[in-house]
Amino acid sequence: MRFLFNLGVLLALIVAIVVWALVPWYVVVALAVLFGGWLMLSRRGKQAASVTGVGVSTLKQRLGSSSVVIVGIAGVVGVLVALLAMGEGYSETLRKTGSDDTVMVLRGGSASEVSSVLSRDSILVVQQAAGIAHDGQGKPITSGEIVVAANLPVKGGAADDEGSVQLRGVGEGAWALRPNLKIIAGRKFQPGMRELVVGQGAQRQFAGLEPGRDVKLGAQTWKVVGVFASGDAMDSEVWGDADVIADAYRRGSSRTSVVAKLTDAKAFDTFKAALAGDPRLQVDVETTLNYFSKQSEGMSKVMRVMGITVGTIMAIGAIFGALNTMFAAVAARAREIATLRAIGFRGVPVVVAVMLETMLLALIGGLIGGVLAWLIFNGWTASTLATGTTGQLAFTFKVTPGLLWEGLKWALAIGFVGGLFPALRAARLPVTTALREL
Amino acid sequence: MKYFHLIWAALFRRKTRTILTLVSIAAAFLLFGMLDAVRTSFDQAGKSANGAHRLQTGSKLSFIQPLPQGLGEKIATVPGVKSVAYSNWFGGAYQDPHNQVFTFAVSDNYTDQYPEVAVNDDERKTFLQTRTGILVGDKLMEKYHWKVGDQIPLQSNIFPQQNGSKNWTFNIVGVLHPKEASAGFYSQIILMHWKYFDDAVQKGYNNGQVGWYVVSVADANQADRVAKAIDALSANSDHETRTQTEAAATASWMKQLADIGLIVGSIMGAVFFTLLLLTGNTMMQAVRERTSELAVLKTLGFSDHSVLAMVLAESVLLVLLGGVIGIALAALLIPGVSASSGGMLNLPTVGANSWLLGVVLMLAIGMVVGAIPAWRAMRLNIVDALAGR
Repeated sequence: MRFLFNLGVLLALIVAIVVWALVPWYVVVALAVLFGGWLMLSRRGKQAASVTGVGVSTLKQRLGSSSVVIVGIAGVVGVLVALLAMGEGYSETLRKTGSDDTVMVLRGGSASEVSSVLSRDSILVVQQAAGIAHDGQGKPITSGEIVVAANLPVKGGAADDEGSVQLRGVGEGAWALRPNLKIIAGRKFQPGMRELVVGQGAQRQFAGLEPGRDVKLGAQTWKVVGVFASGDAMDSEVWGDADVIADAYRRGSSRTSVVAKLTDAKAFDTFKAALAGDPRLQVDVETTLNYFSKQSEGMSKVMRVMGITVGTIMAIGAIFGALNTMFAAVAARAREIATLRAIGFRGVPVVVAVMLETMLLALIGGLIGGVLAWLIFNGWTASTLATGTTGQLAFTFKVTPGLLWEGLKWALAIGFVGGLFPALRAARLPVTTALREL
Repeated sequence: MKYFHLIWAALFRRKTRTILTLVSIAAAFLLFGMLDAVRTSFDQAGKSANGAHRLQTGSKLSFIQPLPQGLGEKIATVPGVKSVAYSNWFGGAYQDPHNQVFTFAVSDNYTDQYPEVAVNDDERKTFLQTRTGILVGDKLMEKYHWKVGDQIPLQSNIFPQQNGSKNWTFNIVGVLHPKEASAGFYSQIILMHWKYFDDAVQKGYNNGQVGWYVVSVADANQADRVAKAIDALSANSDHETRTQTEAAATASWMKQLADIGLIVGSIMGAVFFTLLLLTGNTMMQAVRERTSELAVLKTLGFSDHSVLAMVLAESVLLVLLGGVIGIALAALLIPGVSASSGGMLNLPTVGANSWLLGVVLMLAIGMVVGAIPAWRAMRLNIVDALAGR
C-alpha cells in the first residue's frame, strides 16, 4: 500500500515536471496568485501560512544545512544559464547578421557561401532581376562577393600560431546593404588597391590588424586601412575589394555569392520567381535572415543539448542534496510538527509548510545563480569555428530575461522535488512516537 | 585497516542520509567522467605515435587554397622525406544535402601514410584497380548499412561532374578499420581516387590541383627541419606553403573550435564547490550526532589521533564510494552517448588518466570535507561530551 502510494507520487511528479517545463510565465503567475489567495483566505491556507512562518523563522538556526540547498541550486542555475547563454549569444549573433529585405544568391545546392561559385555571367543576370532596389543614380544595390579564408597570426599566441579568418571581397553595394556597419577607425578601402578593413572582432583576435600596418596574406603584402563595427557576424571578418581578392586567390571573374537589397521584404517572392524562371541560372535564393539563422541551427542545438545535459546531471545532485537537508530539517522539528498534529492541524498545512520552505530556499538559490551568471557571463566574448564559414566567429554570451526565467523554473522544480518527500514524511509522522522521542 | 568495519558502520549509521549524499557525489563524478572524456578527446586528437612521423603541407594563404600537384615530386626530393601523399576535400553528402559525409579524393599511396588504419590487401588491390572505387570507414558502413560491392550515390556540395550534375556514383570496394582510438576519425570518412576526381570534375574546378600534402618523415626528431625545408621550396612563389606536424595542425584546429579546457574547468569548479559544501554538511551532521559515541570511544582508550583518522577515513570513504560509482556510470553511459550522437561525438571511454585524476580529486575532496569534523572529534573533551554540554 505504502509502496503503491509512493509509486503514484513519483509518477504524478514526473507528469508535473513535464507540464511545468512547458507552461508559459503567465500561467505560473496565475498559479502563484491562486495559491497566495488560498493561503490568505481559506482556513487551511491560514494554518499552512502560520506553520510556514514558524519554519522560516527557525531557518537562521539551520543556516549551514539550508545553505546547502541554496548553493546547490545556485550552482545548477548558474551553470545552466551560462551554457544556454552561450548558445543564445551564438545564434543571436548570426541572426542579427541577416535582414528580411536583403537576399543572398548562391549556386544551386550550395550549403554555404564558401562552397558556392557563381560565374560572371550569372552575376550580371541576377543583378538585373526584378525586385531589387535601386540607388539614387538608378543602379541596383547589389554586391558580388567572394568569401575565402586567410591565415593570420593569433594575438597572444606563439610566433607560429596561426588562425583562420574569413576574408570577404565585396562590391560597391556592400556598404549600402549593411547599414549597421560603421567604420570606427581609419577609412574604407579603395577599390583596386590591396587594402583591407577589419572587423573589430577580428582585430581583437588576430595580431597586427591596426590601421596603417601591413599584413602578409601568403606572399602578398596588404595594408590595413580601417576598422569597422557591425555588432554581428561581420565583426569577425576582414574585408577587401572583391576584384583584388579574387585575383590574389586566382578565382578569375567568378564570385561566391550575390547579396542584393530588395525594394521591400514583400518583393522576395517576385525576385525568387524571376530567378527561378530564368533558364540561364541555377541558383538558390534566401533572405539573409534565413540564411544566417540556418547556419546557426546545428551549432546552437549542440550547445543547448550540452547545457541541458550538464544541467540535468547537476540538478540530480542538487535534488538529493535538498532531500538530505529537508529530511534533516523535518527530523529536527519532529516534535514540533507532532505537537501541531496533536492539537488538530491536518496533514495538508504541514505538507505545504515544508514544501514552501524548500521552494523559498530554491528560489533564493535560483536568483543567486541567475544573477551570478548574468554578472560574470553577460557580454563575455568567446569564439568558435562556425559552420558554413571559413574563419573564427566571435560572439558574446547573452543572458536574456527568458534564460533567467528558465533558470528560475529549474530552481523551483528542484525545490519542489526536494521538498515533496520530506514533506510527506512530516505529514505521516506517527504523532505518539514523535512526541515520545528524546 | 582493522577499524574498517567500525568506519563502515559509522558511515551507514543513518542509511537515508548516506545514500542521498552518495547519489549527489555520484552525480558530480558522473559529470566529471563525461566532461573529462570530452576534454581528453580534444587533447588526444592528432597525438599518436604514427602522427609524429607525419607532416601536413597546405597553402600558406589559407586552408581552402589548393596547391599545384607538381609540388609533390619536389617535396619527395627533400632529404628526410620518406613518402608524399595528397588529398582534396570533396564535400560529399548522402541522400540529403545536409547529411554530410567527410569525403576526400586521395592519391594512391594515401593509406600507406596511415599504418594505424587497416585495409585488407585484397580490398586495397581492388581499390587501386577500380576507377570509381571508394574505401569507407567501418562505422559509416554500419550507419548506412552498406556492404562491400554496393554502388552508392554521393552529392558533392562543391564539385559538379563534366555533365554539370553534382550527383556522383561510387562503388564500395573496401573498408577502413582504424586500429587505434586516435585514428577514430577514419571510421567516419570516405576515400576516393584523386585521379578519377580530377578527370571527372567539370573543367575549371580543380585543374590538377591538390588540397594538401601528407608527408611521412623518416625520423620524427627531424620533423621540424624537414618542415622548414619543404616550405623553403615554394618561398616567394604564388603558392607558398605552410608545413606543420600533424599534432600541431590538429591542436591548432581544436583550439580554434573551442577552449574546451576552460569550459570543462569552470563547470567542474562550480560542481565541486557545491559538492564540498554538501558533503561537508553531511559529515558535520554525522559527527555532531555521534558526539557521545566518539566520547565513549575515547573513554575506551582510542587516542585523539586515531579518532581524527577514523573520521577522516569515513569522509574519504564516503566520497570514494560515490565517486567510483559516478565514474563507473560515466564509463557505462559514454558509449551510448557516442552512438546516439550519430558519429558527431566520438568520446573515448574513461581512460586510466581520467580514473587517476578522479581518484585524486576524491581523496582531496574527502580530506578537505572531513578536516573540520575530524578536528572537532579529536578535540572532543570526554567529560563535556558525555555530559551533553
